[in-house]
Amino acid sequence: MVENVKALLKAHEGIKREVYLDNENSSMVHKDVVDAMLPYYNQRAYGNPTLTHKPGWEAFETIMESSQKISKFLGSKVLEEITLTPGETEANNLALMGAAFANKHKGKKILTSEIEPINVLYVTDLLQKFGFTTTKIPVDGEGFLNLEKLKEVADKETVLASIAMVNNEIGTIQPVKEALDIIKDKNPETLFHTDASDAYGRISLNMQDLKVDLATISSYKILGPRGIGALYVKEGVNVDKILEGQIGTQKLWPGVENTPLIVGFAKASELAFQDFEANVNRMRMLRDKLVDGIFRKLSGVEINGPKDDKRVPDNANISFLRCEGEALTIELSLRGVYVSSGSACSRRLLQPSHVLVAIGRKFSEAHGSILMKTTRYHTEEDITYVLEVIPSAVGRIRGIVGSTGVD
Amino acid sequence: MSRAPLPYTQKVLDLFRNPKNLGKIKDATVTAVAGNPACGDMITFYLKINDQEIIEKASFESYGCAANIATASIVTEMAKGLSLESAWKDVTWKKVTEEVGGLPSVKFHCGVLAVGAVKRAIRKYYEQKGSAPSWLPQELTFEEKQALEEEELAKTLSKRLKVAEEK
Repeated sequence: MVENVKALLKAHEGIKREVYLDNENSSMVHKDVVDAMLPYYNQRAYGNPTLTHKPGWEAFETIMESSQKISKFLGSKVLEEITLTPGETEANNLALMGAAFANKHKGKKILTSEIEPINVLYVTDLLQKFGFTTTKIPVDGEGFLNLEKLKEVADKETVLASIAMVNNEIGTIQPVKEALDIIKDKNPETLFHTDASDAYGRISLNMQDLKVDLATISSYKILGPRGIGALYVKEGVNVDKILEGQIGTQKLWPGVENTPLIVGFAKASELAFQDFEANVNRMRMLRDKLVDGIFRKLSGVEINGPKDDKRVPDNANISFLRCEGEALTIELSLRGVYVSSGSACSRRLLQPSHVLVAIGRKFSEAHGSILMKTTRYHTEEDITYVLEVIPSAVGRIRGIVGSTGVD
Repeated sequence: MSRAPLPYTQKVLDLFRNPKNLGKIKDATVTAVAGNPACGDMITFYLKINDQEIIEKASFESYGCAANIATASIVTEMAKGLSLESAWKDVTWKKVTEEVGGLPSVKFHCGVLAVGAVKRAIRKYYEQKGSAPSWLPQELTFEEKQALEEEELAKTLSKRLKVAEEK
């Protein structure tokens, strides 16, 4: 199998230009971030932060200072509110399982939406085995939560609600504040979690204003290293640990802290928030150029998610009709453009992305969907190149399709 | 929905980049379709069959992933020049998988669908003719059943979608 991959990689030789737009699924770590991390592998602070020697105290100091930076960007005033975890998946697992188990005496009902990330939906499935029930609130054609429905189902039995601030696939910015007010009106005791991974560094996000109880953020979503994320837990909110082991600086997550990754996460946060407006405007300008260009050059394309400023500035999700998505990702890769698809063919089951299905996309539309996210590091030339490549790649795949599967 | 790594072989990649026998045959004797766009997995085969029941020309169109395109293409290559009886008996999904140098297990169904489609085309040829040879079993083969099953699944999923929309 590894031999096959070698041949696949060889087929990419001679590519003119490479543009990585799959920042949903992993990201390049900028050199400035890597440079900030490197000394922490072998020059300083490589000790365990709970031990009584210089490298240990250095690690303690470094982790605390990094946490402080991240907590400041989240608008949290208390350092203990930040728990560093190995990523978004772990933070969401901790938020849902930890909050549900710690508060099970208050109710067994969990509310979430149909378009939550699978690391939320799968955890709610798991919690059913422990007697919790889940209601998934439907969304409209652009992915906005049905607040009327939320009003109907939120009640005294609701122990926890989890609604992502920004949908990771279609970029919908949810009315989280309104949702939170609805839920807290029905029951002030209900805990509110938001996966803010796709909001952090893109839209304003302040825990003091937002008043959520729990919030997840992820490092690679802001071009930091993979393997590190954080869960914000508001002071006074009870959450159980979900893993057992040696506890160090993170009361809710055992194991030895990964100091270089924590430093990288803090550095990536700094870079995202210094010149925040300029960064965001740049993402939006590049994203708009990309989307406008595709619509100008191709027919049979549809945008998935909102079109206006209710969409996060970096997200582009487009369905190319009569074009199967996995085939298109490979064709684009061979030309140096790296994207992902919500097609079933890039997944284990024959069902396409649950998010696209939930917003009412037909399966044939969902299979041709391509997700792209621009960053401040992309250039206009990058987007110009992508706009040269996409029409010919789509044209070739549509040529293979012919009239097969045309309704 | 979980994802699986898809380390396609050189042969799959070659057939994806330069598919053999792509496109319609205008004077095809028989055309058969298998799969459903709802599954993102659909193939049309065109066969030109002569009086001696030899497949003179075979071609395809595919709405599907790289494995779907490659297996459809290799099936047309394998079937070309064969008698209908040999095509029926010798073009199996296992051989198709071997011919493309192997497939990730989550993509086996692509080869099965391609063979199901070609078997459908052969069956259809004899239905049009109004008589069937003794080697043609009345009962559907594994590949044809799988194609049906995939189409049924697509229907079920689409139905579920409609129900969800109406809610």
